[in-house]
Amino acid sequence: MAKIIKNRDIVEDRWTVLTLAANDTPQTVRLPFGPVLVPLSVWQARKEDLVRREWDQGTAFGVWLGPSDDPAAIAADLEDFSVVGVLFPKFTDGRGYSIATLLRTRYGYRGELRALGDIGRDQIHYLHRVGFDAYAIKEPELALASLDDFSEAYQAAANQPLPLFRRRASH
Amino acid sequence: MYRYNDIDRRIVRERVAQFRDQTRRYLAGELTEDEFRPLRLQNGIYIQRHGPMFRIAIPYGHVSSKQLRMLARITRTYDRGVGHFSTRHNLQLNWVRLDQIPDILAELAKVDMHAIQTSGNCVRNTTIDPLAGVSAQEVADPRPWAEIVRQWSTLNPEFAYLPRKFKIAFSGGPDDGANVRMHDLGFQLVRDAGGELGFRVWVGGGLGRTPILGEVVRPFLPWRHLLTYAEAILRVYNLHGRRDNAFKARIKILVKALGIAEFARQVDAEWEFLKDSPSTLSEAEAGRIAAQFESPDYETLPRLDASFEFAKRRDREFAAWVAHNVHAHRVPGYAAATLSLKAPGRAPGDATAAQMELVADLAERFGFAEVRVAQTQNLVLPDVRLRDLFMLWQLLRDAELATPTVGRIADITACPGGDFCALANARSIPLAQAIQARFADLAVQDDIGELKLNISGCMNACGHHHVGHIGLLGVDKQGEEFYQITLGGAWGLEASLGSVIGPAVARDEVPATIARLVDNYRMCRRPHERFIDTFKRLGADSFRTAAYGAADNASNDYERETANG
Ligand code: SF4
Repeated sequence: MAKIIKNRDIVEDRWTVLTLAANDTPQTVRLPFGPVLVPLSVWQARKEDLVRREWDQGTAFGVWLGPSDDPAAIAADLEDFSVVGVLFPKFTDGRGYSIATLLRTRYGYRGELRALGDIGRDQIHYLHRVGFDAYAIKEPELALASLDDFSEAYQAAANQPLPLFRRRASH
Repeated sequence: MYRYNDIDRRIVRERVAQFRDQTRRYLAGELTEDEFRPLRLQNGIYIQRHGPMFRIAIPYGHVSSKQLRMLARITRTYDRGVGHFSTRHNLQLNWVRLDQIPDILAELAKVDMHAIQTSGNCVRNTTIDPLAGVSAQEVADPRPWAEIVRQWSTLNPEFAYLPRKFKIAFSGGPDDGANVRMHDLGFQLVRDAGGELGFRVWVGGGLGRTPILGEVVRPFLPWRHLLTYAEAILRVYNLHGRRDNAFKARIKILVKALGIAEFARQVDAEWEFLKDSPSTLSEAEAGRIAAQFESPDYETLPRLDASFEFAKRRDREFAAWVAHNVHAHRVPGYAAATLSLKAPGRAPGDATAAQMELVADLAERFGFAEVRVAQTQNLVLPDVRLRDLFMLWQLLRDAELATPTVGRIADITACPGGDFCALANARSIPLAQAIQARFADLAVQDDIGELKLNISGCMNACGHHHVGHIGLLGVDKQGEEFYQITLGGAWGLEASLGSVIGPAVARDEVPATIARLVDNYRMCRRPHERFIDTFKRLGADSFRTAAYGAADNASNDYERETANG
């Protein structure tokens, strides 16, 4: 079973990240056994299936967003998800940082926010700052050490709504 | 100058530790080249012709004597004793070793310096006018705002992996010495009708392959909204800028594609949610930063200094230097002096370690231990007493730092070009030297008057050739170095982009071709017209004929070439 970082711990992870193969459609793709993160299109096509499965069988589900997905599309549904994933197809594609920021600061998502894809220890500190708290990441033991590469930050971010200048004693 | 506090220092030290470990892992084979590249770029390291090129940040161009001595030491210890001051307030070293860069960063950290975000697809070093805070004309001092943006953009987690690089500029005065319109984002300090301080916000400027001048996205932004508005712009860009093609990834392409009105609408929609959030600047914070830039202890001096006036009259060489390299100061009895890095035979912008040390000493002796780095690749001493100028000039002259050509044709701005840069089509430095040699006579330069000449070794345009009155762009024709000639560019408030006047010219022919262009200007000019003014009045044809002769049978060739450009 894969290991991920979750709230600063390394844990076994039983979630499946569903992706659509070329001949799959959101309407017909088979949902795997166990907890599943589905793409936005599957969530939009199969809301009832997913909610019923959870109700009947207790199978948790969540949604993952790709870099061009608009987080506003799930803003009204956030309470339904146990996990929201954000995919980084390439670590140099930084859209996921803004998507995470929006989910946390604008849409008020409080649940698990998981970074997926091509991410490593050299990204984890920034991922943490924009609001991720779970990371399906290469070499999680090593990555854990980089969570706190910096002990202070100038600007506000999802994990610290106040910029440094509002946290100084004199203000 | 801004003085680091414990937190500023801690962040820089932690960055050194982080990068030391990243470099170790790369050298040990634990990080691939692709994984390491963005990390090294965001610490100022390019792989160039001779190996790594290392770019050190000089935030908004301010460097203290102590810092400059450290730069000299690093240049001498880790490089070959010569550093290059770039057009964007950076110092570049061309002969460093990758495994030693963590040590260099540790040395820099000792004097509150770093190479954070001097390269890579992130928010870069902020640029300002070199005379900020001392110019008599300015609406307000841009330095505190540049420092506020330095802090906000440093290690900003949301904007570390943008589609492309992002450059911000502040200009304090109506003359726009910072060139806000050629930056991705430009803030021009203005006051509204009620006297409130704020910014006219320009967006979408940039040179390179597709040169575009910025447009106004917001005519007036009250100062307290600086950071939230910048955040809205960066977020729209981060989410919607193109990532499929590096040549179309700058914000200017997004702004052009959407149109400025639609872009502004999207920014406003984003800003709605950010406006008045805790990142809104407070009086206390603005005051805390502004206090760091308060006037040093200027002496009360008369407006005129007799010894200075006398020296000017007695020594014509000195008078020429004063006329070109010395600038008015808002405090009576003081002036700012440009230390030219354009000595004949030297690469524009280059300074030796010994020169840096001398300048550090002079800044202490003739100022408040502060030096500025200008976009024109010169250094500036901002606070010199008039009575000290003669002595200063003598010392500068002995060190080849007093070339009296600021604003003249020999004050060439040039990128490092093919001698150093792996991307170059052609060399810049030998061409700059050949042109300087052709126009060596100061009397001739004076007769020509104000003329900006810029050279870039390729269409990345690091030498800003599009905004030179004369711009030269290196192109490669079957392995030979040729140069396209661009006329009509200008910068600052009168910013405009030049256009190519004809077919590219072989390197040996360039100085003579420029001489013909200049002669045409001298023949046709009206009183008080600068080269650029005459060009604008007459148009390109007159100059094209001067350059290539009346029967220009190469015009087909020229069409083909620009179509490929
Ligand atoms: S303009 Fe081209 S040749 Fe010159 S420094 Fe930039 S990339 Fe290199």
